[in-house]
Amino acid sequence: MKAALLIAALLSTSAFAETIAITGATVAIGDGSQPITNGIVIIRDGRIAAAGAGIAVPAGARTIDAQGKWVSPGIVAGVSTLGIVDGYGMGETNDASSDKSPFSAAIDVSPAINSEGQGIATERGRGVTRVFVIPAAGNTMFAGQGAVIDLGADLDPVTRPRAFQYVELGEDSADHAGGSRTAAHVLLHAALAAAANPALAGELSKDALITRQDALALGPVIRGTMPLLVHAERVADIKAVLALKAQYPKIKLVLVGATEGWRIAGQIAAANVPVIAASITDLPEKFELLSATQSNVGRLTKAGIVTAMSNIDMSEGPYESHLTQYAGNLVALTRIPGATGLDWGAALATITSKPAAAIGMDGEIGSLRAGRRADVVIWDGDPLELASNPVAVFIDGVAQPMISRQTRLRDRYLDPREKALPKAYER
Amino acid sequence: MFNKIGAVVALSVLAPVLALGGCTQSAPAKTASSDAPAPGKGKGFNHDPFPSTYRAYPGVPTAIVHATIYDGEGGRIENGTVLLADGKVTAVGGADLAIPGGTAVIDGAGKWVTPGVIDVHSHLGDYPSPGVKALSDGNEATGPVTADVWAEHSVWPQDPGFSRALANGGITTLQILPGSANLFGGRSITLKNVYARTTQGMKFPGAPYGLKMACGENPKRVYGSKGREPSTRMGNIAVDRQTWMKAVEYKRKWDKYEEKGGEAPTRDVGMDTLMGVLNGEILVHNHCYRADEMANVIDMSKEFGYHVTAFHHAVEAYKIADLLKANGVCAAVWADWYGFKMESYDGIPENLAILANAGACAMIHSDDANGIQRLNQEVAKALAAGRRAGFNISDELAWTWLAINPAKALGIADKTGSLKPGKMADVVLWNGNPFSVYTRPERVWIDGALLYDANNPKLRPVSDFELGQPGEGDVK
Repeated sequence: MKAALLIAALLSTSAFAETIAITGATVAIGDGSQPITNGIVIIRDGRIAAAGAGIAVPAGARTIDAQGKWVSPGIVAGVSTLGIVDGYGMGETNDASSDKSPFSAAIDVSPAINSEGQGIATERGRGVTRVFVIPAAGNTMFAGQGAVIDLGADLDPVTRPRAFQYVELGEDSADHAGGSRTAAHVLLHAALAAAANPALAGELSKDALITRQDALALGPVIRGTMPLLVHAERVADIKAVLALKAQYPKIKLVLVGATEGWRIAGQIAAANVPVIAASITDLPEKFELLSATQSNVGRLTKAGIVTAMSNIDMSEGPYESHLTQYAGNLVALTRIPGATGLDWGAALATITSKPAAAIGMDGEIGSLRAGRRADVVIWDGDPLELASNPVAVFIDGVAQPMISRQTRLRDRYLDPREKALPKAYER
Repeated sequence: MFNKIGAVVALSVLAPVLALGGCTQSAPAKTASSDAPAPGKGKGFNHDPFPSTYRAYPGVPTAIVHATIYDGEGGRIENGTVLLADGKVTAVGGADLAIPGGTAVIDGAGKWVTPGVIDVHSHLGDYPSPGVKALSDGNEATGPVTADVWAEHSVWPQDPGFSRALANGGITTLQILPGSANLFGGRSITLKNVYARTTQGMKFPGAPYGLKMACGENPKRVYGSKGREPSTRMGNIAVDRQTWMKAVEYKRKWDKYEEKGGEAPTRDVGMDTLMGVLNGEILVHNHCYRADEMANVIDMSKEFGYHVTAFHHAVEAYKIADLLKANGVCAAVWADWYGFKMESYDGIPENLAILANAGACAMIHSDDANGIQRLNQEVAKALAAGRRAGFNISDELAWTWLAINPAKALGIADKTGSLKPGKMADVVLWNGNPFSVYTRPERVWIDGALLYDANNPKLRPVSDFELGQPGEGDVK
């Protein structure tokens, strides 16, 4: 009951037409700069009005005293299935994979997003505010059109539908393209040719790998108005991805994974292709990951590549909030001889502004720079530290409830013993 | 590997031969007469046919001084000193602890010293990297009861994962389990995290075996999809009980033979293991997520007279922390995994803290080749969640979740798992507070041998698989 009232109270305080000043905190902008002590963040009408040091609190602003706290942009997860899966082991809930559909590139996750799964509230409570929802490859190695969503406690999650197309072009492509990388490359080029001329696409039949709908969906990709996220890990696959630019000059490529990218970082940088990298995987779990190292993100960044970090390499699960831990590990690497890590500000950027920049949305989300959507987290300590946790989360300037099924279960079982009535009556 | 010359003493840690009576598995049953002598309890056959050949590597007498020490049993010393010699911890104390002559002294100011991290649940070696089908040896998923298989016969000692667990995780001891497809998955094996040409060369000397069992979704899904029992949770328990009934009968025959002689009963590899459980020689490690299922297993163990040492993946252990304590059953858990399958739907990050607060035996585990590299970080998260929930838990107490508690669950707490004089010198020097995300192992000793040093690329192990491959010898 108390929790329900709290939600109602928070949701009634719409941020629109409201000015909020968060004062006294250590402020991390998220653009790669170092944190600012005793900073101020001004939120106005759901956007960041200003953030930094020496900023005056506007008259009439609601002030939140955050002395001793940290403020950062909300975490942006570059690879996620939040909103389309309630648990990958529960197939009934899984809208990520569409193995039996004749369609592939045409698939659009945006109408299926469910903002009320427990993962969304839990991950939001741990500081994640936006995620890129990515479907899984099914009929072909084109997984379909992903969406950018917010994790707000409302029924309107989609920030940008059809924000990008996602394609597998490594070991994971083989199963979806006829058994090999070679088959995947034939299909890739056939599909892009069909995108340029949809008349080339097959009519809907079991033999037509690329349907007219798929070809139409790929049109914006070759016209360069929709980024193409390509999951590729090994050096040879990454080179094949970069080569697409010669044939399709307008294409906006984004590498995903790119575990072996550090070995051709110069070529990736020269091609001006951003990377949403695997996080800190360091095992040759596949033959395409032989030179995996936790230093990959650091080495790519050092080469001048816009490098974000995702948890594509980690155990399946709704664990986008683990990105802060992985970013902290990048800082830890700066103290290991021979390793390449990142300084604190750069590490935070890999999970805030860099994923946004990779898909051209850094003017909209991912930092506390003026004009961005006010996705703001107040933490009880250094956001990358293991002991830290959010004390408040704003999405589009709206204060979010800090409860979830997890907090409810915790409160019920702090003392596991049954009392005067069964546990089912304790709430 | 070592250039220093010092008082190098290899440990004489010979694997104890548990039972080598006059009768072996080749005993000719047909010719044994009814008046054949009784071999004696537990001596009817060889219980250790694949003995450990692990030998400690040489070390030098070492003192780490001015460090913060978590001793692994809940103790903490500031500005402390740890002495290692002859493969053992020889003394632990404050700044005033006398350091014998000829001891190499390492300044640990600003650093932490802990016992080596122990992972009670790993599949390194039996689900190694690279994860190709040819190396997928963790689940003998051809029947729900495969108590006959032994994980050590699947372990590939060239798994690159062992080196990452050492260098990034400070792992010195780990239990390799069969997977959870089966109700009775088979025997586990406890290893020293020291590369060897053979698995026997990694086997932790004197560690008891474990039996992997599994509750819940996995067995019923794997066999239900094949149209056979078990396809439900009630099927799981039915097959479990039927199997234990056979094991009780097997044990009765062997007890009679070993006590009174006569004709040796027919051997059964799987029943050997279950009899070992009933005799208390083999420890039960039971994959089980849900609270109600753990309660069923506890009752089943009482029905047949065995003890569950630990529930693994015990996502709902917090709901029955009092029951686990009352029954002396440990819970091995992740810090914050939840929601990836139905039986993990109720996972909460306060699980470890609620268990500890109730006085139950609790520990962290990985079940993951990545997670094993960060168990200190996982405990840090669980500790922080517990403190936010109002529990007063010290750092040094939380370190028991990666040290003495898993050592107890593996039956090796008398040998390792804490920094106490006489124990194996399995030690990690961390370059800062190991509950900070910014901290990594700086050096790791196993049985007193320095086997990882962040400052020495020559002390960065490279398995055969990685030799000559891209990335060989890189920091990982």
